[in-house]
Amino acid sequence: MKKNLINFIVTLIIAIILSQYLPWWHVMVAGFVSALFFSLDRAAVFFIPFLAVFLFWTVYALWLSNANDFILAEKIAVLLPLGGNWAVLLLVTGCIGGIAAGVSAILGKQCRMLVKR
Amino acid sequence: MKYFKLPLTLVLTLVVFFGLNSKFGSTPPMGKFLSPNEGFWQNELDENLSSTMHIDGLTNEVTVHYDEHLIPHVFAQNNTDLYRAQGYLTAKHRLWQLEFQTFAAGGRLAEILGEQALDYDRQERRRGMVFGAENALEKMQEDPETLSYIEAYRDGVNSYINQLEPKDYPVEYKLLDYAPEPWTIDKTALLLMYMTKMLAGREADLEHTNALAKFGKERYDLLFPDFFDVNDPVISKETDWSFINVKMPETPEQDRSLDSISITETLDKPHPQNGSNNWAVSGRKSYSGHPILANDPHLGLNLPSIWFVMQLATPEHNSYGATLPGALGIISGYNNHISWGETNATRDVIDWYKIEFKDDTRKEYKHDDQWKKTTQRIEEIKIRNRETLYDTIIYTHHGPVSYDHSFKGDNAKAGYAMQWVGHIGGNNQRTFLKLNEGKNYDDYLDALKNYTAPAQNFVFASIQGDIALWIQGQFPNKWKGQGKFLLDGSNPKHDWQSFIPQKFNAHSKNPERGFVSSANQHPVDPSYPFYVYNDGYETYRNRVINDFFRAKDKFNIQDFKNLQNNNYNLKASELLPYIFTNMDTSTLTAEETDILNTIKSWDFYSEIDQLAPSIWESWWTKLYKIVWDEFDADSRALEKPFTYQTIYMLKNHPQDELMDILSTSEKETSNDLFLITFKETAKELTEWKAEHGDYNWGAYKATYVGHLLQALPAFSRFDLPIGGDYNTVNAASKNHGPSWRMIVEMTTPPTGYGIYPGGQSGNPGSKYYDNFIDRWAKGDYMNLLFMQDQEDTKDIIASQILTPKQ
Repeated sequence: MKKNLINFIVTLIIAIILSQYLPWWHVMVAGFVSALFFSLDRAAVFFIPFLAVFLFWTVYALWLSNANDFILAEKIAVLLPLGGNWAVLLLVTGCIGGIAAGVSAILGKQCRMLVKR
Repeated sequence: MKYFKLPLTLVLTLVVFFGLNSKFGSTPPMGKFLSPNEGFWQNELDENLSSTMHIDGLTNEVTVHYDEHLIPHVFAQNNTDLYRAQGYLTAKHRLWQLEFQTFAAGGRLAEILGEQALDYDRQERRRGMVFGAENALEKMQEDPETLSYIEAYRDGVNSYINQLEPKDYPVEYKLLDYAPEPWTIDKTALLLMYMTKMLAGREADLEHTNALAKFGKERYDLLFPDFFDVNDPVISKETDWSFINVKMPETPEQDRSLDSISITETLDKPHPQNGSNNWAVSGRKSYSGHPILANDPHLGLNLPSIWFVMQLATPEHNSYGATLPGALGIISGYNNHISWGETNATRDVIDWYKIEFKDDTRKEYKHDDQWKKTTQRIEEIKIRNRETLYDTIIYTHHGPVSYDHSFKGDNAKAGYAMQWVGHIGGNNQRTFLKLNEGKNYDDYLDALKNYTAPAQNFVFASIQGDIALWIQGQFPNKWKGQGKFLLDGSNPKHDWQSFIPQKFNAHSKNPERGFVSSANQHPVDPSYPFYVYNDGYETYRNRVINDFFRAKDKFNIQDFKNLQNNNYNLKASELLPYIFTNMDTSTLTAEETDILNTIKSWDFYSEIDQLAPSIWESWWTKLYKIVWDEFDADSRALEKPFTYQTIYMLKNHPQDELMDILSTSEKETSNDLFLITFKETAKELTEWKAEHGDYNWGAYKATYVGHLLQALPAFSRFDLPIGGDYNTVNAASKNHGPSWRMIVEMTTPPTGYGIYPGGQSGNPGSKYYDNFIDRWAKGDYMNLLFMQDQEDTKDIIASQILTPKQ
């Protein structure tokens, strides 16, 4: 459990720091790097970074959008189309970031195993 | 197994990366687009208005005050700084639109939208849009002052673009996954060309040539008369033209026996309802003794709006009004001395010439019994994710051979060349710069003098008490009949011989009647010595406006507002009583009779809560179509007769052979058509009602303001409660109408009122994106804050200082 928590926190911190410098794929780098150094087992390899980035992106997006009464989020939720519901758009945003992080974490884990052997 | 896992996860990771980083069809790149640190969430912002900004090249500080409507009031120390700031602020609030419109103007949409826009781009190149803009730019560059201002504007736009990071790009860039490019002075020329196309790009010479071949001269003249039997022209009929003393060009003998046109499809035409109203009353007719002026240009209703309102001040001049993103200065507005506004002055300024090439190489064409050299212009059309297309367009002395074997034609040895005033080029930016600084009638006239296109009815009022209206543009002085139909490109007598001298352009200053007005109607009556014929002139709004001003002695601001929002349907009032008297109602069912009674009791005002305007609209649409079914049945390119003449035919030639419906064996008259289309209307509206509820005019018309990207529903506004239709003074049709309403009373300083269907911000995430729309639909106006002193910041919500970069 402790390993999970460490990986979660590390992924989150790396993602937050890199988001200042890198485009959207900062979450892929974060997932990859944390898996290299704080390896997890089985499904956790994917889901812990997924959750970390899901949390980061949804909270960040919520913070931005809340300050502006969700005007644009509601419109984008019409465009995509998600029925004009900004909350669904937030979830989709979190999932997209999460999947990207989780998949690259699996790659990180594989690379670590290669190095370890 | 584990040797497979690594490559497998690597591939998976790459798939996820490219999948989320790339655009698929109209789906934006989802990773990029949704990431909160660079995607659309970054556009979820209110305006940043207060900080100090550094701008390259400013010579002094520029102060920008924003009022509650997000209208910037710009105070600069000199013109160069002023126009640099205008560029900067326009980019700040409207960057995507600013750039997109010039891409549309120059036929570059395929670069952004891909292959789907290729046909559009080719057409714009073949229309000579870039060629015309280049010629205009040359003229602007001849004037060092204009050049220095358009360069300053360019630098202002670029200062803004350069400080952007991808996360700051307007949301449309993120949606379409591209980035802004540097602004150039060509783009100002392209934007002006775009307006020229929109307003002086509509013609139907080839269609008329076909119609003449189809109907013969006598019938053709009945359907398409040079003048209608009513005419209340822009410049009043009483005008004495005896001061015009030039020799008119002689009509050459009709030796041509031109075949009808071999192409079946012509270039897209601008919206037929692009037009406007303007008027001014003199002090004598004004409640306060000060002249009052009004202007409302009717254009497509889009978001971001075509207009951006600003106040532009230096110590020397101070003007306020609507600007066009991409052009400098105020286009429709006022300063402390004068006010001005435009409506479109339609004239036939495009002619088509049949070109005969010597051989398939198209290197030479026949003119004046010689073979003359053509030139080639290679248009490079970039296409997103495809190879660039190079389109070779042949040019003759007339202009581009738009239609040839490679475009809508099939004959390698023939083509049709376009001659257009828009291609000649002119420094039309200067006119607006001068109007901004104008102090009196002479300055106004001086500003207008060299203006070429798109020809406009420039209305004017001054605090000195003058009112005026000049129909200004560069007009070819044509022989009678020249250019109404296809011309012979080999006959020098068919060339444009000369232009109408500017001082002979029709105009009116301080007329006896105490008002001037224009609403895209006939500029003059037949007594004007130069050749002018009906080129699609509006016939209803102008009569309502002129009757309004003839009806009483004094007018106040409320009268002006009422007139701009007037929904009286003169067109319906000129046909319906005739129908009610002549239509046989004996076969109507009870429901149909109900509907007929509803429209019979109509007062002809197209108000939103009425049913009758919907009945009328549905009925008229069907009637117009069925009268001219002969046109639809013909495979040749044809234009149908104008509305006014259609009603004239229905009433005065009820037995005409064209009243017959081709697809039936009976011989119909106009009375039959009324009944047939009425029954169809009743059926349609009954079905509509079953599906949507009451067909009151507001719901049935369903006016909307659509985002520039094919009216993306998410960024558009629908079902706006506004009355009127395309022939009422309040010309609000489904997606077209008053794009800026302005009223100015020439007090000291002038008092302005204005509104437009949009908002100052181009960001769909801003509350200022569409905040004027509801008030516009209601007919409300903003009291325009015309600041006289930059220290007096009473109604200012934020101020920003633009400082020179250290």
